[in-house]
Amino acid sequence: MKRSPAASLLARLMPVLATTAVFIAGFLICSAAYPNFASLRVVMNLLTDNAFLGIVAVGMTFVIISGGIDLSVGSVIGFTTVFLALAIERWGFPPLLAFLVILAVCAIFGAAMGAVIQYFELPPFIVTLAGMFLARGVSFLLSTESIPITADLYSHLADHAVRLGGGARLTVPAMIMLAVVLGGMVLLHLTRFGANVYALGGSRTATGLMGINVPRTTVAIYTLSSVLAGLAGIVFSLYTSSGYSLSAVGVELDAIAAVVIGGTLLSGGYGFVFGSFLGVLIQGLIQTYISFDGSLSSWWAKIATGLLLFAFIAFQQLTLHLARRPRRRPRLATAGAAP
Amino acid sequence: MQSPDPLAAPAATADPSPPLLDVAGFSKSFAGFVALDGVNFTLRHGEIHALLGENGAGKSTLIKAMTGVVQRDGGTLHLEGEEIAPRSAAEALKAGIATVYQEVNLAPNLSVAQNLFLGRQPTRFGLVREREMRRRAEALLYEFGLAIDVGAPLESYSVAIQHIVAIARAVDQSARVLILDEPTASLDAHEVEVLFAVMRQLTARGIGIVFVTHFLDQVYAVCDRITVLRNGRLAGTAPIAALPRIELVKLMLGRELSRATSARPMASAASVEPPVAVFEGYGKAGYVAPFDLSLHAGHVVGLAGLLGSGRTETVRLVFGAEKADCGTARAGEGAVAVGSPREAMRLGFGYCPEERKTEGIVAELSVRENIVLALQARRGPLRPLSRREQDEIAAKFIRLLDIRPPDPSRPIGLLSGGNQQKALLARWLATVPRLLILDEPTRGIDVGAHAEIIKLIRDLCAEGMAMLVVSSELEELVTYADEVVVLRDRAHVARLRGEEISVPSILAAIAEAPASAALPA
Repeated sequence: MKRSPAASLLARLMPVLATTAVFIAGFLICSAAYPNFASLRVVMNLLTDNAFLGIVAVGMTFVIISGGIDLSVGSVIGFTTVFLALAIERWGFPPLLAFLVILAVCAIFGAAMGAVIQYFELPPFIVTLAGMFLARGVSFLLSTESIPITADLYSHLADHAVRLGGGARLTVPAMIMLAVVLGGMVLLHLTRFGANVYALGGSRTATGLMGINVPRTTVAIYTLSSVLAGLAGIVFSLYTSSGYSLSAVGVELDAIAAVVIGGTLLSGGYGFVFGSFLGVLIQGLIQTYISFDGSLSSWWAKIATGLLLFAFIAFQQLTLHLARRPRRRPRLATAGAAP
Repeated sequence: MQSPDPLAAPAATADPSPPLLDVAGFSKSFAGFVALDGVNFTLRHGEIHALLGENGAGKSTLIKAMTGVVQRDGGTLHLEGEEIAPRSAAEALKAGIATVYQEVNLAPNLSVAQNLFLGRQPTRFGLVREREMRRRAEALLYEFGLAIDVGAPLESYSVAIQHIVAIARAVDQSARVLILDEPTASLDAHEVEVLFAVMRQLTARGIGIVFVTHFLDQVYAVCDRITVLRNGRLAGTAPIAALPRIELVKLMLGRELSRATSARPMASAASVEPPVAVFEGYGKAGYVAPFDLSLHAGHVVGLAGLLGSGRTETVRLVFGAEKADCGTARAGEGAVAVGSPREAMRLGFGYCPEERKTEGIVAELSVRENIVLALQARRGPLRPLSRREQDEIAAKFIRLLDIRPPDPSRPIGLLSGGNQQKALLARWLATVPRLLILDEPTRGIDVGAHAEIIKLIRDLCAEGMAMLVVSSELEELVTYADEVVVLRDRAHVARLRGEEISVPSILAAIAEAPASAALPA
């Protein structure tokens, strides 16, 4: 009478499989429309162009699975780029030291938001919204202009890439993103911390009653999200070789869209890092299609993302509904017949 | 302090070995309300001890005080002779006292294995050893007679299995005392049997179980001793064999057979009056067994039974707050559907629920606004009551029911329980109902207000209103009811009329063992 583990695994993976199918279908459509689309070079550019988004999406996945939301990540990216530009160009920090300092600042920022959410029992939405305004405001305070970064490390890192032939280059930002995705998968799916994140999203009170340190886990989740936003900021500054207080406006919403398209439930408890990665790639794919076309307005990317979001949310509700159908009676017999 | 209780003393001296858990003189007050008053409770190794009592008896406060969820005002707690003072559920668990609540406190989205081992999963290099964890989970559940896929999410299993998983988790964390708070409320007969088998198996290992339930049959099926609380005090403790059903019911309700019958007038005219509403074969599977009920003008029908026996469920069906799935309802001439409270209100039904705080009053709104709420709802948003009409209605009922303080603009949440109850009554009286349903109208209100509410019920009835009243206060029912329906295990089991109505006859009907020992299915 056991339900086969394979079947239950399939049910859990359903949203991610759907996202994968959409990505493959999208890629095939693009390739059919533009013969030179299906190349390693386009794929590698997809990774590079969306590296910063992929990194924040991993952090956002943890936050959303735990039942929260982090609206501050876009502002944190903006703040990070401005801070780096000033630190390296004006204050004479060596770039690596500047990276360490900004990551530490971001960690403190995220921990503070997590602590406020936990101890003042405030909704994450409001707390991180405040964090969003705060980080954006401080970056304007630092500088309102776009500051180019001319440090050697930056030009060196920009050139450094693994050449894959056919003009395809695996760049440093892409490598960082892939490493973060892999690391995020391990942390979320294979550690105690990851299980606690899921448990928080399933039932916060129950998690506390099971003896899990809920405050520590909450603080850790928002710290992780802010640190990854800081890392995304570093990658963004590498990508643009500049710091600007208006950079990455609205990226938090792109990240949330990627996470949801990737099959993570906004109400928490269910989701996969890999799905969010695919969600980022799907958004990138839409952008790339529009730039290939040349005549389409870039706003079509927003429209397509919006439609995809609707479709995925509807699909999730449907699968959830099917998965939660009561299976009481057959289960019963199992319990009774056992020794 | 419990010396006057004859049942407690012999039970305590009969066993020379030190008890597993010893609660002595627990007291707890909430803002002046005494929830526990010097309660003693002992749990022995390997026994299943039923903790019983009606609503507000102090069961849940006692459990929360034992597990550190609320801090007691006085008393000591010893676990195997050692004094402990847990300050949270986690600390109590560490000490060896685990609680499994009716709503399973596990993460429904995680796998069964993760739920069993959350926070203490086997790891290597910081990574959870999934296969090892599943192996251990399977081995652990096998001891409880469960062979299930531990990799599947918990929510894909029935509540019974979720309960067993919660128990297994607690026991595996070396719990010596297991508190089961109404675990059977949502289980069917077969699932209850499975749970009982698990409980018996645990007692064989020396674990002591505190079992809270409403189902007396289950108490007699599985428990060794019974402790009854009433109004925050210990009403008695006794081995199961020394406490027959009728004595137990008396302990729970606090009634003595001697102070019994009140001579009551036979309401002869009532049955001649045309019925306001008639329900035939009305019921809902898994909620209340089908029943017949006819409600006449000027006639009070009382519903008696223990907590959880189906009284509130019956009135919720009658009022349409819950949809019946069988039977017919007739009001006036023809058949009607009472599928929602709106329809019930259109038929002239009014309902004062038991949970005044959560289902009745809107605490932030004024007395006036609370009173006109139902009338306004019935008129619809397009015909608003003018402020003057509202004032008139409020003033009239404040005067009529003597609501204090007589200030219609005061937020109702600031009134005493009795006055809130009167304002709720006023809300329905303002709609001039043909049938008024009251669920525990005198619960939690002081003695003076008690008498006033009872007088009100009689007066209203005399004016030709049909009434359906749920009450645990049997003496009250006896004084005003023309007919008493007795419920047990979610079925109407007896109907007493006129002279048949007395406290002993109601008690006897409640306590009567069902013909078959079958559990509620």
